Order: sequence, then C-alpha cells, then structure tokens
Amino acid sequence: MTKNPAAPPIRVLIAKPGLDGHDRGAKVVARALRDAGMEVIYAGLRQTPEEIVRAAVEEDVDLVGLSILSGAHMELIPRVVRQLKSQKAGRIPVFAGGIIPDEDAKRLRKLGVRAIYGPGTSLEEIVRSVRAIVGRSS
Amino acid sequence: MSRADSTATTARAIRRRELRTLAQSISRIEQDDPTFAPVERSLYGGTGRATVVGITGPLGVGKSSLVSRLIAHLRAIHRSVAVVAVDPSSPFSGGSVLGDRIRMERGDRDAGVFIRSMASRGYSGGIALATRRTVRLLDAAGFDVVLVETVGSGQVDVDIRDVASTSVVVLIPHLGDEVQTLKAGLFEIADVFCVNKSDLPGADQARRDLVELVAFGTPRDGWRPLVTATSTTLPAGIEELWNSIERHERFLDEKELRGPLRRRQALQEILDLMKRRVEQDLLPRAQSDPEVRGLLDRVVGGTLDPPSAARRLLKGPARPRSKTT
Ligand code: B12
Ligand SMILES: Nc1nc2c(ncn2[C@@H]2O[C@H](COP(=O)(O)OP(=O)(O)O)[C@@H](O)[C@H]2O)c(=O)[nH]1
Ligand SMILES: [Mg+2]
Repeated sequence: MTKNPAAPPIRVLIAKPGLDGHDRGAKVVARALRDAGMEVIYAGLRQTPEEIVRAAVEEDVDLVGLSILSGAHMELIPRVVRQLKSQKAGRIPVFAGGIIPDEDAKRLRKLGVRAIYGPGTSLEEIVRSVRAIVGRSS
Repeated sequence: MSRADSTATTARAIRRRELRTLAQSISRIEQDDPTFAPVERSLYGGTGRATVVGITGPLGVGKSSLVSRLIAHLRAIHRSVAVVAVDPSSPFSGGSVLGDRIRMERGDRDAGVFIRSMASRGYSGGIALATRRTVRLLDAAGFDVVLVETVGSGQVDVDIRDVASTSVVVLIPHLGDEVQTLKAGLFEIADVFCVNKSDLPGADQARRDLVELVAFGTPRDGWRPLVTATSTTLPAGIEELWNSIERHERFLDEKELRGPLRRRQALQEILDLMKRRVEQDLLPRAQSDPEVRGLLDRVVGGTLDPPSAARRLLKGPARPRSKTT
C-alpha cells in the first residue's frame, strides 16, 4: 500500500477499564501501533467506562482499544460500547484483547466490538486489524 | 448547508464548548484542513482572554502530575481549564505514545475541564506546530486557563514563550548538572521555577540553589523568576505555584508588558507560518519546476552561490544588511 502523505496518522486510545493491573499487553500493543506510525493515547490503568468514553471523544480517536485480563470483560466492554453510543460517539469503533473466552468474544462481537485478540496474537496482525477497521493506513 | 452556514454553526458550537466539535476541530487544525480556516477567522476576535501557562522541564520531573493537581486547584477556585499535552513523535515511524493522560485522569472531571494530547509530528520546537492554533481555539471556547505541557526535551522548549504568557520550568532535586547545562535556555524560558518532588531528600538544597541562581541572573523585562517547591504526591505547594503564576500575570498587566508580548508572539507566529509556506512551496518545486531545478544545477555546478539562489527564489532585490542586529 502506498503511503498517502496527506492522510493523518491513525489515533487510537488504549485503555484498561476496571481494577485489572495487567498492563503488559496494553503497553506492548501501544508500542506496536506507535511503531506502525500511529498516535496512541495511552490512558493507563483503572479507567472507568465514563473516563474512557470522555477521553475517546476529547482525543477524537479513530478507534478505542480495551485490554482486559481480569475476567470483568462482559461487564466493562458493553458499558463502554453503550456509553459511546449515548455520547453520540457510537461511530468510534471498539476492539479489545486480553483473557476473553471464545463464547464471550462471540457475544461481544454481536454487541458491535469489531475484533478481539487473545494471548499470543502477533503484533503485525493487530496492526493490520487496526488499519482494516479504521479504513486507512498510517 | 452552505459553507457560511456551516462555519457559523461550527464556530457557535466551539463557543458553547460542544465537546465533539471542539475535539474534531483540533484534529482539523492538526491536519491543516483548509476548510477550517474560515472558522478560525470568525473566532479570532473572541480570543486573547485566556491565561496561557506553559509547563516545561525534563522528562519525568512530574509535569503531567502537576497539571493534574493544577486542574483540581483551578476547579476549586471556579476556573475552567483546558490542557494541551505535547509528546514527541518518533522520528522513525512518525508514531507516538501519548501518555500524559495517565496522570491527569482523577475522576474529578467535569465540563470545566478539557484535555487533549498532541504529538509533535516532526516539529522540533517542543510544541507542535498546531499548538498555538489549538490554544487559540480553546481560548475562543472560553476556557479561563489553558495549560500547555511541552515535550520536555530541554533547550528546544524555548518556543513555549511564543505561546504562553507565563512559563513554568519544572525541575527536581539532584538535577544540578542538568540545571548547569540548561542554564541559559532555562533562564530564557522561566517566569516561575518549580522544584517538584519536594517530598524527596535534597529538595531544600535544590530550591536554595535555584534561588541563588535567580538572584545572580539579570531580570528579564524587570522580572526575576519566582522559585516554588511542590509535591504532587503529598500534595504540597500547588496553591503557591498557582499564586506565583498569577503574580507574573499581574506583573505583565501592571508593567503594561502584555501588549509587547502579544506583538512579539504574533510576529513569531506569522514568521513561522511564512517559513512553512515557503518550505511547502519550494520542496515540491525542486522536482517539478524547471527554474528551481536549473538554479539547483547551477549551485551544484559551482556557478551560483546558495545565497544568490535563495535571493532569486524569494524574488527580492539584493538588500543591504541592516546595521542594527
Ligand atoms: C504476567 C501476569 C501477571 C503479572 C502482571 C504484570 C503486569 N504489570 O502486567 C502479575 C504477577 C502482577 C499478575 C497478577 C495477577 N494475576 Co496475572 N497473569 C500474568 C500472565 C502470566 C501473563 C500476562 C502477560 O503479561 N502476558 C503478556 C502480554 C503481552 O500478553 P497479553 O496481555 O495477553 O496481551 C496480548 C493479547 O492478549 C492481546 N491484547 C492484550 N490487550 C489488548 C488490547 C487490545 C486493544 C488488543 C487489540 C489486543 C490486546 O495482544 C497482546 C499481544 O499478543 C497471565 C497468564 C497468561 N498466560 O496470560 C496471568 C493472568 C492474566 N493473571 C491472572 C490472575 C488471576 C492474576 C491475579 C488476580 C493473581 C492473584 N490471585 O493475585 C493478580 C491480579 C493483579 C491485578 N492487580 O490485576 C489470571 C486471570 C484469570 C482470568 N482473567 O480469568 C491469568 C490468566 C493466569 C491464570 N491462568 O489464571 N499477573
Ligand atoms: N516522589 C514524587 N514523585 C512524583 C511527584 N510528581 C510526580 N512524581 C512521579 O514522577 C513520575 C513522572 O511523572 P509525570 O507527571 O509523568 O512527569 P512528566 O514526564 O514530567 O510529565 C511518575 O512516576 C510520578 O508518579 C512528586 O511530587 N513526588
Ligand atoms: Mg508528561
């Protein structure tokens, strides 16, 4: 794919909702996206869904990435998706990663989560996925 | 909707601080979207009211943590506040991890607070090229205070002075060597020094060293930088820090220095914009324009020197150098 100099860098918010302290995966993903030329707003640990949605809107991101290894994904991810909609920011896509069993992943996708990646996913695949979801490369 | 209508609608939404419009407008500024220019023009008359404070200093001294504490203090004294936090873009990939928000989310957010992270996108001056225009937008949106956190890469941050009316240089104990090497640059920038992490040993000494350094320096426009000590973890000294910033703001008013400051900043901004225009115009022409290519050939071939080539491209007649520097 040729690089369009006029295309602005993709902006991605990477956040960890809830009380989950596992931040390696989120950091690894953030760095990989940076190295692919994207601007990553890393919001850090222990974010409430409200804070995540507020950050997504203020930062005008193209995509929200949630990292959850605590098991609370079925509670937290739908809340972020719902709140984005209620803040009229439902057009901002969401994807996620961490420890999320397949059945849960299926249900989350039905709720509109665009993609879900578990342990061992290659970073190239995640970068490709971001470009596919956002529909441009940077 | 006609172009004029949408300009007016967008401008109104910005003045009402409509979150999404504000956020998307900043993206349009960052992308240098030409269709946003009319909005900026129509908002321009309503700017110049915000207190713009630069927060600069080396990486890790606690700038973002201080911004977070300042937000809380400003909300407590009923001021609205917007933050622009600039981080470097990677020179290799062009990408960036913008991590200042980590320290700024404290659950006490309301409509009186707006935070935006910004990548420097290759602009080496410590603040992104779009920073000034973003600050102006937030000013037009009616925020009382705009805090600008810069990249923190030392000397290059001097151009925070082209944006802020008060610049705070943040340091920490045991940064003695750094203070020595950066001395010139730091003194050019600082209206207020802040020794952060005053909960750590050595803070008193660092503060005394700075006070001494300041006492020996020549005041700039009659202002001797104030030295404050803070801890964002205790917390301590946050109110004093804000009061020092306000003292400098009052000084600017009392000595009627705000006019000259704005003039200097306006000139610098126009100059920067012109520089970029020239660059954007010239770079593609080095390939596409036979005249430019011909000039380059002659410079490379040794029949025309670079100053003459530059003069021809600027199409100005050779002017004698002014004697005053
Ligand atoms: C390292 C680790 C820790 C470290 C964390 C260090 C840190 N700062 O991150 C420490 C020791 C602190 C820790 C503690 C705990 N842990 Co632990 N920990 C692990 C372990 C072994 C590896 C996690 C890791 O870092 N992997 C490396 C990274 C790079 O992989 P990753 O996070 O999976 O990320 C990849 C993908 O998931 C995906 N991805 C991740 N996030 C995102 C986000 C987006 C947007 C996208 C697109 C992709 C994506 O991309 C990454 C690259 O492929 C896992 C087991 C495992 N194999 O996963 C358990 C594990 C996650 N921990 C577990 C538990 C239970 C705990 C504790 C509760 C244990 C306890 N009883 O004290 C505590 C809780 C800590 C807390 N405060 O939350 C359980 C979770 C069970 C569950 N969810 O049902 C696991 C699964 C172990 C297990 N099998 O039981 N842990
Ligand atoms: N002990 C101590 N640590 C602090 C203080 N302020 C910030 N820190 C820590 O310093 C590190 C860098 O802070 P940050 O605000 O990100 O610095 P920045 O890079 O200048 O924006 C973090 O680990 C903070 O927790 C302080 O007052 N005291
Ligand atoms: Mg910072």
